[in-house]
Amino acid sequence: MAFFVARRLLYLLPVLIAVSLLTFSIASLLPGDLAYTILGDQATPENVAALRHDMGLDQPIWWRYLSWLGNVLQGDFGRSFRTGQTVLQAVAERLPVSIELMLLAQLGALGIGVPLAIVCAARSGGPFDRFMTGTAFGMLSVPTFLSAILLIYFFAVELRWLPATGYVPFAEDPLANLRFLVLPSLTLALAEWPSIMRVLRSDMIATLQEDYIALAKAKGLTPARILFVHALKPSSLTLVTITGINIGRLIGGAVIVETIFALPGIGRLLIGAILTRDLIILQGVVLLVGAGFVIMNFIVDMLYAVLDPRIRHGHA
Amino acid sequence: MNANNLLSVEDVVVDLPTPRGNLRAVDHVDLTVGAGRTLGIVGESGCGKTMLSRAILQLLPKKAKLSGRVIFDGQDLLQLPPEKLRKLRGRSLAVVFQDPMTSLNPVLTIGTQLIETLQEHLELDDAAAARRSVELLAAVGIPAPEQRLAQYPHQLSGGMRQRVAIAIALSCEPKLLIADEPTTALDVTIQAQILDLLAREQRRRHMAMIIITHDLGVVAGRTDEVAVMYAGRVVERAPTPALFKKMRMPYTEALLAALPKLDAAPHTPLPAISGRPPDPTRPLKGCSFSPRCRYAVARCQNEKPALEAAETKAHQFACFHPIEARADANA
Repeated sequence: MAFFVARRLLYLLPVLIAVSLLTFSIASLLPGDLAYTILGDQATPENVAALRHDMGLDQPIWWRYLSWLGNVLQGDFGRSFRTGQTVLQAVAERLPVSIELMLLAQLGALGIGVPLAIVCAARSGGPFDRFMTGTAFGMLSVPTFLSAILLIYFFAVELRWLPATGYVPFAEDPLANLRFLVLPSLTLALAEWPSIMRVLRSDMIATLQEDYIALAKAKGLTPARILFVHALKPSSLTLVTITGINIGRLIGGAVIVETIFALPGIGRLLIGAILTRDLIILQGVVLLVGAGFVIMNFIVDMLYAVLDPRIRHGHA
Repeated sequence: MNANNLLSVEDVVVDLPTPRGNLRAVDHVDLTVGAGRTLGIVGESGCGKTMLSRAILQLLPKKAKLSGRVIFDGQDLLQLPPEKLRKLRGRSLAVVFQDPMTSLNPVLTIGTQLIETLQEHLELDDAAAARRSVELLAAVGIPAPEQRLAQYPHQLSGGMRQRVAIAIALSCEPKLLIADEPTTALDVTIQAQILDLLAREQRRRHMAMIIITHDLGVVAGRTDEVAVMYAGRVVERAPTPALFKKMRMPYTEALLAALPKLDAAPHTPLPAISGRPPDPTRPLKGCSFSPRCRYAVARCQNEKPALEAAETKAHQFACFHPIEARADANA
């Protein structure tokens, strides 16, 4: 097991280096000179040249990459030239919002998708299964901005049960915080449960054909035990993958949902950085988000080993 | 039917819908097994023997259509409500499947898979169930049984896994054990051990057993009675000694001839049964074996022989020209 973890960790290294390279080149290859962006149209060529020298922009690109990477490794991701805030400060401020939204959305999506998948797989081909498979397919094609607007219309405008936009930190008022997050996380959950339900359903239908399920029936086990103990665990590898990808994606913030519901998360930070050409923030955030994604995938790999003892023992 | 029978299969038909049309996997089969007795069901691949065993266990694929009666311990399993059937399975009706590589759940420990069966049917607390599991593993010849409880199936060899599967089947002292080709997926060196283990436990526990196999050699000496199946039908049925002494159905004779013999000279070609079993979606009008039978005459192709008793009531066969009778006619 220790060997398995160490090998997986070693795989992370080249991926993280690639992520940093890509992030850096995106920022560097964008058209327009950073010095002009900062100083504005009125800048004199002397001022621009001086700033370029200060920022190291007159150095060759590989040298700039290495010095940036060196700073990053020392925990210095740079500082926004607009707000003066460091990248780490900006991210630390926004990350809790995005993570809370991500967790609630995943709970919602799994809470809807997993039970439906199990019921559908147990009665595959039946009327409920056909109805739910169709519904999931329909839901899959509803974009988040549409479901967000519909949810706001019903729950905020018509019923007035929940606030449409805004945010209060959890530490300040937990209940108000949750009220603000219900609609955004529900919007995300509605977009994600269909894929969860469909992969788990089809994996589970395949598992239910296995000999060991026939033997579980022949042993006289209850249908609930067969489904939850014998069939669910071996069927959840794809489910874990999808959930891992969803979580990794949402660490980077849900741009559309955060914008619609005015949540101050990572997604809004990114959009802001793009709109104001705040390249230092953009570059730093993308790197952090990329690293978060890669680490999430590492956790998914670890979960495989938890779910399937054959992977744990290096047999499969 | 005899009231002493633990299991009686009456006029069982299994139909499977396929894209090529209806496939009759089991065609009007009647069988009985007395308490504590052993029945061997023999036939080549696709003859319906596994489908018949699944029909007895009520474990047929969803699409399969089953008719007839399967009376086990006085109850018709086809009419039994699911909850009653569940209480019967694993408790008094147990099974060992062909492939131990796929019949144990890969993500659950050996201990879990044994203990859950025990606790489902017997009122045992965790400690008692674990104790009993260790006893069972020891009884089926697994060394270091305590350590096995925490192991997963992939950590055991095929033969060991089949022993675990047998331990699970025996766990609640069933009245009937169905062993569906229990040794086909195993190394030849392990096969005899597993068969001897089954035979020993069957005698010790006074349970009835059905051994399903394609190997006449497996049933010889290990069963009380043999039923030979071909194309979904029972074509010969007799007490084991009588069958081996005087087989009547040409198919049984061909099956026996196809067994490799230890005393044959090296490189002797094996007398295989020429041709293939008939397409089960296109049933023949006459005897299903007639296209491959070297004794077949015109009548065999036009009329289906019924399963009828010969000189003794116990020995039945479905053939117009049983082996010995023809020899007499020629004499």
